[in-house]
Amino acid sequence: MHDHDHDDYHDHDHDHHHGSELSPIEARVRALESILVEKGYVDPSALDAIIDTYETKIGPRNGAKVVARAWSDPAYAQRLRDDATAAIAELGFSGRQGEHMVAVFNDARTHHLVVCTLCSCYPWPVLGLPPVWYKSAPYRSRAVIDPRGVLAEFGVRLPEGKAIRVWDSTAEIRYLVIPERPPGTEGMSEAQLAELVSRDSMIGTGLPLAAGQART
Amino acid sequence: MNGAHDLGGQMGFGPVVPEPNEPPFHAEWEKRALAVTLACGAMGHWSIDASRHARESLHPLDYLRSSYYEIWIKALEKLLQAEGFISDDELRAGRALSPPRAPDRLLHAADVAAALARGSPSERAATTAPRFAVGDRVRTANEHPTGHTRVPRYARGRSGRIERVHGVHVFPNASAHKLGEQPQWLYTVAFDAQELWGRSAEASLKVSIDAWESTLEPAGQRALP
Repeated sequence: MHDHDHDDYHDHDHDHHHGSELSPIEARVRALESILVEKGYVDPSALDAIIDTYETKIGPRNGAKVVARAWSDPAYAQRLRDDATAAIAELGFSGRQGEHMVAVFNDARTHHLVVCTLCSCYPWPVLGLPPVWYKSAPYRSRAVIDPRGVLAEFGVRLPEGKAIRVWDSTAEIRYLVIPERPPGTEGMSEAQLAELVSRDSMIGTGLPLAAGQART
Repeated sequence: MNGAHDLGGQMGFGPVVPEPNEPPFHAEWEKRALAVTLACGAMGHWSIDASRHARESLHPLDYLRSSYYEIWIKALEKLLQAEGFISDDELRAGRALSPPRAPDRLLHAADVAAALARGSPSERAATTAPRFAVGDRVRTANEHPTGHTRVPRYARGRSGRIERVHGVHVFPNASAHKLGEQPQWLYTVAFDAQELWGRSAEASLKVSIDAWESTLEPAGQRALP
């Protein structure tokens, strides 16, 4: 075995170390956190509160509520078009990485897809933390040049003639895709509709579930 | 800077691999990496633009071989060292070796919910009229600054159309380098894919970026509706 100083490249194949041995990145993060706590720069209970927020409180169910409301209430959908930040805040979602929201609506002619080619900007208050694939080089490199190919890898085939519109999040504006309401969902409640709204359908790499496909 | 982070249009990375029912974190250390990054940012000594620049300034091989939370940790160590909060010796030792530098602010557990719900808005009051309106044809500057920029390479020197006007926002090129906020009008500029990628690109595809006013020049007449 070779020594790992902190400039070494981390080998992803050896991510899971067993027993008491820490992987290089585990040891590195632990060391950094101890120094930060020891020097009084971070409050350990604040760290736990941050983790709890993104593990249990903020996630794509928030965005699904926004979409279901937009499907159910035309006046809300209009407010979402006019000022998405304010309309989303009506449902109690706001803040970090969602300070300036724009909602883009799929329709019969256009399918929207969101990417951040330069880092991994993502609307945290409505979708939570981004999935690994969203932050990955394959998605960031190809979403802007071959979006139809990317969609095929998600199992999404759009009707011929439907144009793709890609939004590269290069500033602090965060984009939320409002998918088309699936047919046959008339009469469903907002809560039932929200069950049809997948995370990927709000990024543009997926479509909502069909009526009757809801998980419960 | 023309860093490894600027991935739009690069080839050879293979297919996108979605993970069904992906959890928010894949290991305990990822949770700690997220939390220390946010808590240290809350000390108030660097902007989000400086954070992004620290990440994109990693050596290209290091950037491409690191997972996203690894990139965050490596950048956080650089920022903390540059600001004099920790030393290289301390990172090697894994413990404090010198007295702390008092941070401007400390994020307490009781304030986490409010701080996250507030975020850090980048919009500022407008003091000038916007130079461009929706429908205007514009061309992005073909500039290759060595510092931070948010104009991706694939969209430099390209002509597009103003699609949205977002108000006046902090200018990352300045904010990343402690040159103040220098807020500017921010626009969504939409490009035909064939302008970006050539004639073989899908004719109906459009790709937009969000671009600050100083990175844009007028390009001909306003498009007819």
